[in-house]
Amino acid sequence: MLAEIGQFTLVIACMLALLQTVYPLYGIYARQQNAIESAKVLTILQFFFVSLSFVILSYLFLVNDFTVGYIATNSNSALPWYYRLSAVWGAHEGSLLLWVFLLSLWSTAVAVLSKRLPVESIARVLAVLGLLSLGFYLFVLLTSNPFLRTLPYFPVDGRDLNPLLQDIGLILHPPMLYMGYVGFSVAFAFAIAALMEGRLDSAWAKWSRPWTMAAWVFLTVGIALGSWWAYYELGWGGWWFWDPVENASFMPWIAGTALIHSLAVSEKRGVFKSWTVLLAISAFSLSLLGTFLVRSGILVSVHAFASDPARGLFILAFLILVIGGSLLLYAVQASKVKSRGRYQLLSRETMLLSNNILLIAALIVVLLGTLLPLVHKEIGLGSISIGEPFFNSMFTILVVPFALFLGVAPLVRWKRQSINELFKPLLHSLLISTALTLIYLYSFASHFTWLALMGVFLGFWVLTTTCYELYLRATHRFSLFTGLTKLGNSHWAMSIGHAGFAVLVIGITMTQNYSIERDVKLHVGESIAFEHYDFHFDSLENMDGQNYTSTGGVFTISKDGKYVTTMKSEKRIYTVQRMPMTEAAIDGGVTRDLYIAMGEVLPDGGWAVRIYYKPFIRWIWFGPLMMGFAGIIMMMDKRYRVKKLVKEEVSNG
Amino acid sequence: MNPRRKKRLLITSSLVVGLSLAIGLVLFALQQNIDLFYTPTEIIEGKNETGVKPEIGQRLRVGGMVVNGTVKRDPESLKVSFDLIDNRGGIVTVFFDGILPDLFREGQGIVAQGELLTATQINAFEVLAKHDEEYMPPEVAEALEGMDHLKTDKK
Repeated sequence: MLAEIGQFTLVIACMLALLQTVYPLYGIYARQQNAIESAKVLTILQFFFVSLSFVILSYLFLVNDFTVGYIATNSNSALPWYYRLSAVWGAHEGSLLLWVFLLSLWSTAVAVLSKRLPVESIARVLAVLGLLSLGFYLFVLLTSNPFLRTLPYFPVDGRDLNPLLQDIGLILHPPMLYMGYVGFSVAFAFAIAALMEGRLDSAWAKWSRPWTMAAWVFLTVGIALGSWWAYYELGWGGWWFWDPVENASFMPWIAGTALIHSLAVSEKRGVFKSWTVLLAISAFSLSLLGTFLVRSGILVSVHAFASDPARGLFILAFLILVIGGSLLLYAVQASKVKSRGRYQLLSRETMLLSNNILLIAALIVVLLGTLLPLVHKEIGLGSISIGEPFFNSMFTILVVPFALFLGVAPLVRWKRQSINELFKPLLHSLLISTALTLIYLYSFASHFTWLALMGVFLGFWVLTTTCYELYLRATHRFSLFTGLTKLGNSHWAMSIGHAGFAVLVIGITMTQNYSIERDVKLHVGESIAFEHYDFHFDSLENMDGQNYTSTGGVFTISKDGKYVTTMKSEKRIYTVQRMPMTEAAIDGGVTRDLYIAMGEVLPDGGWAVRIYYKPFIRWIWFGPLMMGFAGIIMMMDKRYRVKKLVKEEVSNG
Repeated sequence: MNPRRKKRLLITSSLVVGLSLAIGLVLFALQQNIDLFYTPTEIIEGKNETGVKPEIGQRLRVGGMVVNGTVKRDPESLKVSFDLIDNRGGIVTVFFDGILPDLFREGQGIVAQGELLTATQINAFEVLAKHDEEYMPPEVAEALEGMDHLKTDKK
């Protein structure tokens, strides 16, 4: 009964989404104030019903109702309760329900938090969001209903959640990532609403900016979490595989990064406006494209779900409608947008433009690498795959100008900048960052490579120029300490975000150049040594859990003869699906991770064991966390607070 | 030319140069890194679509089912070899030095990425097994369609 109610509330939410799209727009057309104002109420109502539906599905998972097909395939009564809950989004149907739920959550946040915006603008934004919700409701209801029953013959117990997904990473990663994906719909809706109105001004950029930043923060943290999860859960010790599904999340991230920079220019200087709109459309379109690629199952990927062609067709049609429609609107309306600001060749504007150009180049590289295999197959040339070296070499090339410009840009003024004034800070930064690079490499690198030199230098270049810029800005009018406290949130956000990027670059460089990976055969009692470390295979231990049996390998690690730590790496067999899983043992640290994963038992009783030494790999996740933190600081900037807006309106008005 | 036009010309021409340079680089890098997918029969007889056989030393991906009883291990190291078969009967041998994935088993569909050693031998640097019970790469599924062994590992 409950499942039917869940489905019914979903249908109601779908109807409300339709109303939310049509009625306010009609109100604007017919100048009926109460129809315009209904947008907010309808949005909140829609949220109420979709939440109810989501809560019901979660509850059914909790109570192990295996008469529901989706639960029977993705859960099991032996699963701990928290995995039963996160199993809600463990497969296709539920993750789409999560998607519409989050879309509704964002819409409601817009409805509730944007009190100071003109009612008509908000109505337009909510109508666009309603239309997107409508598309996804229809998708869920018509092709992927999570509430379908398997009556009358239902299983006694469920088929269990894929063991790879029974992990804290799965509880956190998908909701974060989806919050980011779906969050770009708000930036998209703001852009479309502005295009419909034919009015794109700095106020539009200002409203849209914190929302875009929020989505970007979620996406950044979501991707970092996914990478961390893959690192410890898949047992390969890798942190990024250029897998099509990873690319699908990376593309909107790149577009979003370009967007937040371009929005900054649009807000502060009133230029690049039509470009910003195009980026807002792209960021969300790429989110949709990502969904299409993942859900249709047309790509070869570790993430691919068992798929159904009807789903792919539906999303493809939706994709064409949304992208086509918004680009058409853009083509018609964008000519009305005029950017008035003037700027010279050397100015903050052109610096940010080059940031955008390089990001778009990176985006095209990823898009090409992801879609080419698909096109190749469809035109009858056979299946191909594009190797990691392609992406790696392209990004190695692109990051050089990107990081160099990134270091310079904050030092450059808006509108115009004389080269002479830049000379001194840049020379200082160059000297300091070179010195830091050499000291760093001397302390941590086991041997010299040009790539490592370049990568570490780029990281320190960004760090040095960022600190230098902070110092210059702070001491401009005050003493260093007072000056630092007077800097605005936006400024701190920029510096922390850029520093996060530097940390990321250094982490990637060190991990890619100095990792040591050994696949070895070990018997109990044997040991292997490299990079001052000695790994001794002590014993085997039984480490069974609630729903799996497990054999653990116990290792003692010593460095230069001194005891460091004991590590336990497991080989689990999940009892329901009879699926083996590797639980790697990781000894983490600021400067290095030690990583042990058990392979298989060999016929003579020895074990195949993977032993990795990964220098600075944690920096790869710490960097994006800093970026996410920076985004949060930026959103808390005074000028986005409601009270300040009121004051401005009063003073303007 | 007035300064504004001059500036625009400068910007557009540098954009065009930059763009063509970038596209050239990208295409070059792409060409180096495309790995074609073959089934065992295609390695022996040439691609279905084009009839072209892979050259020795070429990087490629091969997908098929591990033939029962062909997994041979070197007692001293992690070196292993096994045969792959598809639904048209072609058999190739894959050599690999490293740890096989958790779901690697005889009678299971797998994908190997590597270099062609001889007409029917592949030196793999990566072996991928399917991710779970449900999922199999579409190309492997296609190559194995109709083979009854596929069902045996399902309960």
